[in-house]
Amino acid sequence: MARAVVTVPPRAKRGEVVEIRTLAQHAMETGFRRTQTGEVIPRDIIRTFTCTYNGVEVCRVELHPAIAANPLIAFTTVATESGTLSFQWVGDNGYTVTEIALIKVE
Amino acid sequence: MSTEMITRRQFLIVALAAPTAAKAQVDPNLAANRKAAFQAALRKVVGDAQVRTGRVKLTLPPLIDNGNSVPLSVAVESPMTEADHVKAIHVLTEKNPLPDVVTVALGPRAGRASFATRVRLADTQTVTAIAQMSDGSFWSDGAEVVVTLSACLEEGLI
Repeated sequence: MARAVVTVPPRAKRGEVVEIRTLAQHAMETGFRRTQTGEVIPRDIIRTFTCTYNGVEVCRVELHPAIAANPLIAFTTVATESGTLSFQWVGDNGYTVTEIALIKVE
Repeated sequence: MSTEMITRRQFLIVALAAPTAAKAQVDPNLAANRKAAFQAALRKVVGDAQVRTGRVKLTLPPLIDNGNSVPLSVAVESPMTEADHVKAIHVLTEKNPLPDVVTVALGPRAGRASFATRVRLADTQTVTAIAQMSDGSFWSDGAEVVVTLSACLEEGLI
């Protein structure tokens, strides 16, 4: 089962810039490797990652085979209001993982 | 005499096999092809706009033991306001099988234009980060890295 971990500070001051780190479990098969018998292992990667903050898109990432296995994506956002951060990873072969995190802004 | 025969036979087999094998193996990795692919990827990102150096800081370790997982971070000097912010950060490589590494679309809600990930590097090369600003200008930074164990191109046995 595909898993993902996100690290978001549980509380922040209004207007503060908070760092978000995300990690998804995925082999990120490049499509350039071969098996022992010489067949190309087909590509299987995560294509896009999006983060929305109360429905507003904060960050959108396009991934390519040059991203290491179990992709780490770290970025920042402004803590504007209490609410939900939702994260979505979409990849080849129907890979979709959604994760949410709550943030309290005071 | 017999050893000479074998040697010549082996030589002929190798010599006849070489062009096809070389074509299958080496061709997509030719320096010229990769350079063309890099230039095409760069044009796709920036179009006809001029790319200036500065404002972008690309951080990569200068010496990499294992190219399969290399920490990469990009930070761009920008106030990140509605009027003046970074729209996107692109990372390109010269010698990977595909020049594109990652594209990050940002906006004023990001607060700071900084981003970190882990990448694969196939060879000792220069990695380029390009920032696309909201005013349409492009800024870039390059980092030279030495890779001792390459990603992508090793045996890849499973």
